[in-house]
Amino acid sequence: MFDRTIFSEDHNIFRQSVARFVEEEMVPYHDQWEEDGIVPKSLWLKAGEAGLLCLTVPEEYGGAGGDRLHSIIVIEEMGKRNITGPGFYLHSDIVASYIINYGTEEQKKKWLPKCVSGEVILSVAMTEPGGGSDLAGMKTSAIRDGDDYVINGQKTFISNGHNAGLTILAVKTDPSKGAKGLSLLLVENDREGFTKGRNLKKVGMKAQDTAELFFDNVRVPASNLLGEEGKGFIILMKQLEWERMIIAAHCTATAEAALEWTVEYTSQRMIFGSPVSNFQNTQFKLAELKTELTIARVFVDHCLKALMEGTLGNETAAMAKLSASELLGRVVDECVQLHGGYGFMWEYPIARAYADARIRRIAGGSNEVMKVIIARTMFPKADK
Amino acid sequence: MYIQRTVFSEEHEAYRDTVARFMDDELVPHHAQWEKDGIVPRDAWKKAGDIGILLPAIPDRYGAPGGDRLFSSIVIEEQAKRGLSGPGFTLHSDIVAPYILAYGTEEQKQKFLPKMAAGEMIGAIAMTEPGTGSDLQAVKTSAIREGDEYVINGQKTFITNGINCDLVILVTKTDPSQGAKGVSLILVEATRDGFTKGRNLEKIGMKAQDTAELFFDNVRVPVSNLLGAEGKGFLMLMQELAWERMQIAIGGIASAEGILEETIQYTKDRKVFGSPIANFQNTRFKLADLKSQIQIGRVFVDKCLELILKKELDASTAAMAKMWCSDLNCKVIDECLQLHGGYGYMWEYRVARAYADARVSRIYGGSNEIMKELVARTID
Repeated sequence: MFDRTIFSEDHNIFRQSVARFVEEEMVPYHDQWEEDGIVPKSLWLKAGEAGLLCLTVPEEYGGAGGDRLHSIIVIEEMGKRNITGPGFYLHSDIVASYIINYGTEEQKKKWLPKCVSGEVILSVAMTEPGGGSDLAGMKTSAIRDGDDYVINGQKTFISNGHNAGLTILAVKTDPSKGAKGLSLLLVENDREGFTKGRNLKKVGMKAQDTAELFFDNVRVPASNLLGEEGKGFIILMKQLEWERMIIAAHCTATAEAALEWTVEYTSQRMIFGSPVSNFQNTQFKLAELKTELTIARVFVDHCLKALMEGTLGNETAAMAKLSASELLGRVVDECVQLHGGYGFMWEYPIARAYADARIRRIAGGSNEVMKVIIARTMFPKADK
Repeated sequence: MYIQRTVFSEEHEAYRDTVARFMDDELVPHHAQWEKDGIVPRDAWKKAGDIGILLPAIPDRYGAPGGDRLFSSIVIEEQAKRGLSGPGFTLHSDIVAPYILAYGTEEQKQKFLPKMAAGEMIGAIAMTEPGTGSDLQAVKTSAIREGDEYVINGQKTFITNGINCDLVILVTKTDPSQGAKGVSLILVEATRDGFTKGRNLEKIGMKAQDTAELFFDNVRVPVSNLLGAEGKGFLMLMQELAWERMQIAIGGIASAEGILEETIQYTKDRKVFGSPIANFQNTRFKLADLKSQIQIGRVFVDKCLELILKKELDASTAAMAKMWCSDLNCKVIDECLQLHGGYGYMWEYRVARAYADARVSRIYGGSNEIMKELVARTID
């Protein structure tokens, strides 16, 4: 593999401390969290203390004032150990960024320090039953009533949903409109009428809490509006490149690790008197995967560099998300196969990685949506 | 619109109705619970025995339905198209029981087959050991003759029906100094001293299917528990491989058909950007591609079934069917899961469970790499 060139010395030192934290505080407990279907809040507090949360929050709000490459390091170190339970990047790099970029001074002061410390866990609630990638079609409404908004509706597939102390809720403040009627509201857990439903059972991501949320005449003060009324769609769209790069980086790190595990496994495991790695099929499959992974790594790092320089295009980020999640899917599939029966057994990391990876082609904008975005650059007028 | 199937008779279709009704009434409603439990209760086995779903192709003089292998195929198909991966009926009925029928003494047959047909006794076969997988000649579990007994020591893993089983056909070395020629099959009852069942293994899918480790510590069984002749175990295990592999192919195609049907319905019902998903060209082309491949697989499998009935199906053609159909099933499920969006990842949706369940079908029953090896040998 090539030497990576996007990280500074400071980043590399940070990576070592992240790796140590992940090894000591996450790896030994992930099994238990999978059984529990959730990660304990105590981990979040420890991570906050160790400086792993909300790396890009400015120092004035208690943050480390790091850059997005610091975030990427946390994502990669978790990704390569297939630690899929703690929903850190959603909290740190997606939701906290909305508050940094669009919150009032009061909102920032109130929430960001607690997000950095892990006392408050964040989630964002967009998807509705029957909604999916179609944000403009959402039904949850927030109707202004004096100094309050009154919220009614239902959300589903909400990551960190149960753990969250603060939910950024996508609502229609003007239900007569599509995207232009969309606003974001900060909803605290203790608001009356806000209930959390089931912790949804999934193919994988077993330690990640994924919730249904219900809003029955929930009142929040108008000061809980994030950004302007009617600007919710634009706010959500603003950092999509970044969100897609997060997934691409995560997928690539996991895929690299899966390849490593498999190289090791096939070197040790004997079949018909010889290591599995001696068979040409094994060598050629792994050679193909390594080639694809090397290309992906260079592309992802190129995109990360462009992101840091502010030049990453929407369609390029879509390509990164599409190709990295597809590649991860292929890598874990081939690597399960090379593990034979053990690859189907949950105690093997490759089995979990297989079950976990499948969502990457769907979440964060499905890969079909990525193709629409990429196609638009070739056929700008065909898109209605 | 599919090409009409021609392999089944009236009598088969009547049996299919019975099987389908039984599964809808007695298996489907409980499967989610069994997944939580990691096992199917014995009670479900007894009910299946009562209705005549177990040992479909074993003669009626042993209390079984006495059908042909198409009866077995019907049970496999109806189970697969409902995603009922828990009950290990096929292994019990169409792998374990046929060994006893083909190689058992009359006494062994009388003793075991009627109870297996009734679901009172659950069968398993223990081949794989930690570190062996597809390589049977490397089996380490030994059965050493001592007077009128064998003394068994060793360990097995990945044993389907392993926790539920009352009777195991155990692959052992009666002569550990030899490879394939030292392999013998021994019937071991679960009640034998020194035979213990280990963990019920957690898997990616097949959550309601019990899959166990088995341990044998100086287990003594009478020599009358030997199945067939000493040293012939390997040959016996090779004998019905074509049929055993077809069982996976049959299940694979039926599963793919079931998931495709369910997905067609889903994409018609579910709207995105104001239009049913089924209206998008990507959806239509993906589904058209899958339907075409399923149709081709269906015709091929039915052709193989005809050959099975005539006892003319060779091992390499069965290997093609196993490999191709298990690959296809996984591909169909993968594409169909994608068309379900986020719901496809949620366990309550059938396609999610199917995704988790199907992955092992490319590995077990002889991995697809072994199938390629078998097909390749016909080219040499």
